[in-house]
Amino acid sequence: MPFIPHSEADVRTMLEAIGVSSIEDLFDEIPAALKGARLEQVPLGVNEMEVLRLMQERAEGDGRYLNFIGAGAYEHHIPSAVWQLATRGEFYSAYTPYQAEASQGTLQVLYEYQTMLCSLTGMDVTNASLYDGASALAEAVLMAVRLHKASHRVLVPATLHPAYRHVVRSIVSNQQIELIELPYCTDLGTMLPESLARFDREAFAALVIPQPNFFGALEPVHALTDWAHQRGALVIGAVNPVALALLAPPGRWGVRGADIAVGEGQPLGVPLAAGGPYFGFMACKQAHVRQMPGRIVGRTVDVDGKPGFTLTLQAREQHIRRSKATSNICTNQGLAVTAATIHLAILGSTGLRRVAHACHANLLALLERLKEVPGVRRRFASPVFHEATLSLSAPVLDQLCDHGLLAGLDLREHYPELGNAILVCTTETKTAADLERYARCLSAALSAAAGPAAA
Amino acid sequence: MQFPAELRYTDTHEWLRQEGDGTVTVGITWHAQERLGDLVYVENPPRGKAFRKGEECGVVESVKAASDIYAPISGEVVAVNEELTSNPEKINQEPYRAWIFKLRPSDPGELQTLLDAAAYQKLIEAESH
Repeated sequence: MPFIPHSEADVRTMLEAIGVSSIEDLFDEIPAALKGARLEQVPLGVNEMEVLRLMQERAEGDGRYLNFIGAGAYEHHIPSAVWQLATRGEFYSAYTPYQAEASQGTLQVLYEYQTMLCSLTGMDVTNASLYDGASALAEAVLMAVRLHKASHRVLVPATLHPAYRHVVRSIVSNQQIELIELPYCTDLGTMLPESLARFDREAFAALVIPQPNFFGALEPVHALTDWAHQRGALVIGAVNPVALALLAPPGRWGVRGADIAVGEGQPLGVPLAAGGPYFGFMACKQAHVRQMPGRIVGRTVDVDGKPGFTLTLQAREQHIRRSKATSNICTNQGLAVTAATIHLAILGSTGLRRVAHACHANLLALLERLKEVPGVRRRFASPVFHEATLSLSAPVLDQLCDHGLLAGLDLREHYPELGNAILVCTTETKTAADLERYARCLSAALSAAAGPAAA
Repeated sequence: MQFPAELRYTDTHEWLRQEGDGTVTVGITWHAQERLGDLVYVENPPRGKAFRKGEECGVVESVKAASDIYAPISGEVVAVNEELTSNPEKINQEPYRAWIFKLRPSDPGELQTLLDAAAYQKLIEAESH
């Protein structure tokens, strides 16, 4: 919809009709002392030239790093065409474009996005996106409890991203839902089958399965899915969308497939941007669609039989169901999803598979090279996608950072039992030279930490 | 035909018919379906579950609204109308034939608390002012 501002004549006509002489008169209820009061702590403005200079100096002060950190947000190459198109005014400044009569273009993009995500996850229905992966998982937990109807307990592995566990706990704990944390196997870094045995006789509504998990390891998704289904519970997959180009998608886990699949969509064409905005994707089986939150775009025909797109199944949503709605959300991450759709359209399934292959190949090459570096060992024996957990003989991340290398995420905060362990990620953006630099810098830092006696 | 005399009614727009075998059949009235618009989905109460009078036991969903169905009297659900899964529009077409569920009443005394056709008609007329 175009933005049509008022002309001076329009404004004058309206003021006359209202019976005031200026726009300021409409605010006469506000005490004079409050209008235009000076904010004491805020400095006077600077002009555009000064702002640009300031920002440039600040950015240079940040430095430039070679980034090997993943842990939920991933550095991938975004083809230039993605944001060239996504920043077109029709997409970039559209305001809540959900009305069928005014926003066919946007609705079509959302429908295409939904179709692509269904294809990627192997699920039947996708919504038009939620805020991010973590809150999408919280919505999935709420949805699974609604669907299960009998139990309010959800099993959440310790191998799930700590921030996701924290967000889910914040959102569901006041809704009488009990989250039970499952420990991990210290050899494999995946869920421990023995810890599941106690639930052979105790009811639970759902099992959350991250794939890959926070340690970068691949969980035994088929066995876990079948086990949960045999106990009458639902399965929620929390998945990395790029990994799905190579791994079995949630819709094909076990005999029946996962019931709900969620994840962080940032790797699909959304820049790291200091943490956001990102988008959460959510998909489910057809039978569960009426309990899925979020906008859903459907394809239909208009009164003249011409094809078109519209929001559908709106009676789930809070603007109609109110307190009985599936969620309070009544929006989606439109711009991020537009970028993701263009990104996926440019890559295609072949291109996405090549990206995933390159990520995986880089990790294997790095791990192979690190075998020659004393003081580094792989902590877990499981297969991995593009992240792995390394045990180091000394904590050297700060020293590596001083040399412009972000060598991995320090795991001591959330998994102190692992000692000096880091989570390293390689995406397709890393070259052979980058991997070599990583190995040499890490080797140098570790020998320096060991001291001259160790050489 | 909007207020069949042989039925009983609630102020939440359900109708109830007493059957020969002691069960009761429940649906929603012409007035309810007219206000909801084209129905697209009916969430039946689960068979075997017991409800108290006035308790929410199901949902009818149209393109513009989702409305709870309330148990007109206390009882156990003994049957649900499977036809409505694929043809919810039958409620719009024939609201007094497209039943939703059947109950075995736990307290037949509650039947006295329901409205008869005349009282329900008065309620509707009062509401539309």
